Parts: sequence; C-alpha cells; structure tokens
Amino acid sequence: MPQNYVPIFVFLLVAFMVAAGTLVVATVFRPRNPGKVKGMSYECGIEAIDDARQRYTVRFYIVAILFVVFDVETIFLFPWAVQFKQLGAFGFLEMLVFLGILVLGYVWVWKKGALEWI
Amino acid sequence: MIKNILEYLHSNTTPGEAGNLFWVVVYVLLVFAGVSFGVVFMNWFERKVMAHMQVRLGPMRVGPHGLLQPVADALKLIIKEDLMPANADKLVFWFAPVCVVMTAFCSFIVVPFGRTHAITDMNIGVLFMLGVSSLGVLGVIMAGWASNSHYPLMGSLRSGAQMVSYEIAMSMAVVSAVMMTSMATGTGTLSMIGIVQAQMQQHIWFGFSFFPVGLTAMGVFAIAMVAETNRAPFDLPEAESELVAGFMTEYSGFRWSLFFLAEYTSMMAVSSIATTLWLGGWLRPFPNLLGGANWDTAFSLIPGLTFLLLSALSFYSFTLMPKLRSMRGSTLGLGGFAALLGLLGAFMLLPAVRVRVQDIFWFTLKVAFFMYLYIWYRTTFPRYRFDQLMKIGWKVLLPISIGVVILTALIGVRQELFALVWR
Repeated sequence: MPQNYVPIFVFLLVAFMVAAGTLVVATVFRPRNPGKVKGMSYECGIEAIDDARQRYTVRFYIVAILFVVFDVETIFLFPWAVQFKQLGAFGFLEMLVFLGILVLGYVWVWKKGALEWI
Repeated sequence: MIKNILEYLHSNTTPGEAGNLFWVVVYVLLVFAGVSFGVVFMNWFERKVMAHMQVRLGPMRVGPHGLLQPVADALKLIIKEDLMPANADKLVFWFAPVCVVMTAFCSFIVVPFGRTHAITDMNIGVLFMLGVSSLGVLGVIMAGWASNSHYPLMGSLRSGAQMVSYEIAMSMAVVSAVMMTSMATGTGTLSMIGIVQAQMQQHIWFGFSFFPVGLTAMGVFAIAMVAETNRAPFDLPEAESELVAGFMTEYSGFRWSLFFLAEYTSMMAVSSIATTLWLGGWLRPFPNLLGGANWDTAFSLIPGLTFLLLSALSFYSFTLMPKLRSMRGSTLGLGGFAALLGLLGAFMLLPAVRVRVQDIFWFTLKVAFFMYLYIWYRTTFPRYRFDQLMKIGWKVLLPISIGVVILTALIGVRQELFALVWR
C-alpha cells in the first residue's frame, strides 16, 4: 500500500533537519578562528607529503567486485525465500542449481587467491 | 482534523498503515527522542560497565554516579571549535556526518517496538532495513575522501571493505530467518511485524527453532553486525595504534559527535533487526505456554515493578551517601533520580498504561541484551588483524551462512523431497 511509504520521506526530512540543524545551531556557540596550522591535514607532527588521493591497493577493488556479485545473489534469494514452501521440491532443486553455480565461482575465486589479503 | 487525529487512537494499526500524517510525525519525533536518549544512556553505560570490568569506577563526578556525564560532554562538544582542513572538499566534508546520521536513523522506520508501535509496516520491511543499514558505508567513504588526508582515506577504505564483506553473510542469515516465517502457513513474509507474528504462531523464537539451524543463523548475524558497525573486536577502521581515528581523524567538535551518534544509533538498529528476526521482537517470554488473562496481567506488571526495583536500589544508595557538606548536591540528585524512577514505575503500573508499555519494555530489554554484548566484546577480545578480519568474513561466515540457507530449505521441503525420492 502506498501510504506505508509516506513516513520514509517524513523521517528523512526530520533526520536531515536534526543533523544539519544541530550543526548550524552549534555555529552560534563555538569559536571560529581558523589558522594556517589548524588547516593542515593531520600527519604525525610533520607536514603532509602531497595529496592523499592517490593510488591504493587493488584488493579493495576486488572486494567491491566480489561484493556486487554476492549481494545480487542474495537479492535473488529473497523472493524465493518468501515463497519456497509453495514452490516445493522443484523450486528447491532449481535454487540448488543457482547456488551451485555460485559456489563454483566462489571456489574458483578462493583458489585464485582473490580472498587472500596480503 | 481533530476527529481524524482521535480516530487513530481506536484503530489497531501503525500510523503508516492508517495513513494518518499527524501520528506519523508524532511517532517519528518519539522514535528520534527515544533513540537519542538511548544513545546518551549507552554513552554513560558503556563507560561505567567497561570501568567496572577493569576494576575502575568510571565517571563519578558529574551528577550521581556520573549520570550527567554525557550531557556535560555534549555541551563541551557544542562549544568546541570545529576545524576543517584547508584542502578538504568543503561540501562533502560537511555532508558526510549528516549522511551517516540520516542513514543510521532511517532503519528505525520499520522497527516494530510493539504491534502498533512502529512508524510504518512495509511489506518489504527486512529488505528496506538491510538496504538502509548498508547505506552507512556511503557516509564513511565520503568522510574519508573529503578529508584529503592519508589516515582518513585508509580508514574509510578499510571500513568500506569490511562493511561490504560482512554485509553478504548478514543478508544470507536474514534469508534463513525469512524462510522460517513460511514454515507453518506456507507463505512467508518480509514485513517486520509479520515476522514477529509468525514467531507467535509457530510458538517459538526463530533463534531456537530447528535447534542448531536458527541459532547458527543468529550467531552469524550477531558476528556480522559487530563488524558492520565497526565495533571492537572488528574496529579496524578506528584502530588507534595504526590509523589514529580512521575516517574520523579530521573531524572535531560537533561534527565528530554526529559520527558518534550515528555509530551508537546503527548499533541499536542492527540489534533491533536481530531482536525482531530471532528473539521474538516485542513478544514477552512464553506468550503461548503461559497464556491466558491471568498470566497476561502478571507479565504486564513486570515493567512497572522493574522500575520500582531500580528506584529502591537508587534509594538504598541514597541512604548510603556520606553525610558531607560537599556531597549534598549529588546526594539530593540521587534522591531525586530515585523519586523519578519510582514515579515512572508507579505510572507504568496503571492498567491503561501498562498494556501499551509492555511490548516496548520487552523489545527494549532484548535490544539492551545485544547492546551489553557489544560492551562485553569490547573489553574481552583483542582487535583482529585486517587479513584475519577479511578471512573470517569471506572464508568462515559466508560458507556457514550459505549452508544454513540450504539446511533451512531442506527442512522446509523435506516431505516433498522424500515423496520425490520414494515414489
């Protein structure tokens, strides 16, 4: 029913107002005198060497890709999970085939060493 | 207008279902106030419990037994200067804490505190909750990227990888709970209220159904939710010894406290999912076994009596306070606190109030159990290394959760399968 989804927008509005509102209200109370040293990004007491946004290890990227694969899989499981009693043995076997293909990929990923974190 | 407002009081649905905007706003504000109060209380409680586990006293100075310490901290954070690094992305830096708070609070839209005490009851409640709770990673990545500093960027990347890895095991465990809802009737449900009602129908909390299966799924979820909220022993993103404070390094003052608020809120949110899915949500212990009007009355007295007991305990400590001139303020404060608890307890014993309050009481008690576990983990376990963390997520929890899903399905369709084999 559509009216069940109206509260989401009310809630989002209230949440935004609370979070942003407190930040704005706090500006009244807090001092504000930025300086050169205060504006430096945090490093162990020395000046930071060049920009932080540079190359980082490819592992994070692999994890993100794997996440997308497995998360889409779980999304496919949800509709079946709701109706699996009515779909019965046939639905179960179908889902086993689906899961089997996925587990095959999982084993391959494992053997390939993509889950290893050096 | 007024008629419309009063009509809702006699209906037996959530305000979202009734489509009554006035009560929606009231419930939203109530949930906000309640959760914020919970965060403030958790702040005090965590410090106290950790202190006592480490044989210290913890905060004792501000208010009786340090009860007002969180308030003092909040005041301090408000009047503290708020620094922004010169080379940070200003807009994203500003929006990141707001985004984190919004996503953390939004999970509470579908949390059922009682049969009618939910803001709304969507038919995709669990999916909505999983989706929203995983959106928190966005704010974390934004915070790390916008700071333009080495520690926050590394912290946010780690945090993102960690949240994303445990997300899968978490949703797999949820799939098994969703399957359990259809065991009795044949049609499952994703609505949070429907899941609790299914547990009522099947006379069992899903955490204990088909003995090791439900408990394993709950265990997987309970581990994954600690990693999901970046808490000890999985608090790699904020590992002080390596990354200073992770993605929060450049944040100070009130912006930092928004991250703090969001962290505790999301802890409560995932604990509420766990409670709803496996520990029977708002159901009191043994609703069917000890059913009937007499037992109902007896159990509905418990919330009020608990508050009266707490009041008696505080009053006892009040009499033990040393009779010193310098302690007069805190002695009076403790006495006032005892009186407040006693009044609340007496109020909850009123027949009209207690039938409405009892659901919320049992729900809160179960969530409090999970919140206590969080503190307990923090004082007990040493922090994991990052490769160990990824190994647990991908190589231990994921296979277990896939196995649990298949096992639950096997239990559900066992008769059809037998018929197929023996035909």
